[in-house]
Amino acid sequence: MEVINFIDLTWTNVISLFLVGIVGGMVSGFIGSGGAFVLTPAMMSFGVPGIVAVASNMAHKFPKALVASIKRHKYGQVDVKLGIVMGIFAEIGVLVGKNFMTDIRDAFGNVGTDLYVSAVFVVVLAIVGVFVLRDAYRGMKHHDPDKEHEAGRLAKWVQSIHIPGTMMYFPSLKAKVSILFVAPLGFATGMLAATIAVGGFIGVPAMIYVLGAPAIMATATELVVAFIMGMGGSMLYAWDGFVDIRLAMIILAGSLFGVQVGAIGTTYVKEHTVKLVMGMIMIIVLLSRLIKLPVYLDQMHWIAPLSSNTTYILDTASFVTLILALAVGAIVIVGSLLKGMAEHKKRHEVFVEKGATD
Amino acid sequence: MSENKTSVLSVLILGVLSIALYISLYVFNDEILAIATQVQAGDKALFLVPIAIAFVFSYIHGAFTGRFWDVLGFKAAVKK
Repeated sequence: MEVINFIDLTWTNVISLFLVGIVGGMVSGFIGSGGAFVLTPAMMSFGVPGIVAVASNMAHKFPKALVASIKRHKYGQVDVKLGIVMGIFAEIGVLVGKNFMTDIRDAFGNVGTDLYVSAVFVVVLAIVGVFVLRDAYRGMKHHDPDKEHEAGRLAKWVQSIHIPGTMMYFPSLKAKVSILFVAPLGFATGMLAATIAVGGFIGVPAMIYVLGAPAIMATATELVVAFIMGMGGSMLYAWDGFVDIRLAMIILAGSLFGVQVGAIGTTYVKEHTVKLVMGMIMIIVLLSRLIKLPVYLDQMHWIAPLSSNTTYILDTASFVTLILALAVGAIVIVGSLLKGMAEHKKRHEVFVEKGATD
Repeated sequence: MSENKTSVLSVLILGVLSIALYISLYVFNDEILAIATQVQAGDKALFLVPIAIAFVFSYIHGAFTGRFWDVLGFKAAVKK
């Protein structure tokens, strides 16, 4: 079997990973998907094999998810019961997904996992990204401030199905839902998490659109799911020695700063802003991975050989696009946080002044 | 005021602890790599070391970063 070589941690690598961690953390605290969808491709851009990137990301992600979920629990955004139930089924998905990944590595080597991880990224980001953006656009167009959340048509149908003996009440849904709907959603979330280190792409939209949870609560609850399945998944990958903990901890150093800012940011913005940020970043990361696909196909000798010049151009373009995704995320989140804080302060001052004159 | 001073002090202490952890990560770089190689080679005795490291770092560094923003004045909006 091919031996995994962990990358050399030069100062440039360390500082870049730290900065990438800050922005990745910010995005993850804001949209609750663990931020690994930025961090996994980023690590791969630094030359980390796909399977190590996924394993290390899971290891840095689950303690972070714990920190963030405790914080958001204080804001009353977490449905602990839904998180635990989804988390248990997600754990089964992680087990299946991880075994599949190891099989690919045994059959095709590290580049096989690079290609597999990237291809799954492109497909999942395309589907989820477009769906989320469409929804954000609708939310912006018909925004009624008094009506922040209402379950969609699919969620209403799911909530109307009554299967005796399988019904469970979830506080975030304010309704009973059959566990037979929750189980496959959890399983798919875990399966995806073991494949690209991001389960939130299935977990969050599933909770919003299939089960009918408000977006803010879905993103917060996903952190509980991420913690449960992340811990299990990390142990599985650690068992095979795929976790580069140095890499994971450097990313964590930055992302724990970021995740707090992202979590605070959610308390100042409207639901459609969270969705808009999520959708935009997804599409840009998709492009970054799509540009890189021919390079992996070339390394697998599945396409006609690329010239070294073409490979260089594709590598650079993929990396620059990823940086663009990070920049967009950071600017939007910090911008809405500062704007929200200023407005909040202003309102508070008016309130205090009014109180003083009364 | 004294409450402010206490929180600044706790941020400082946690910050120093965080930095100490990262320095030890750098110092023990070779040992950590050796453990990974050992686990990959089939000796699973120390496979939980990375997970333990992850927990310790997140606990200390997480507490530090959380309070860090609080002290700087970045706080969540309280919705009623």
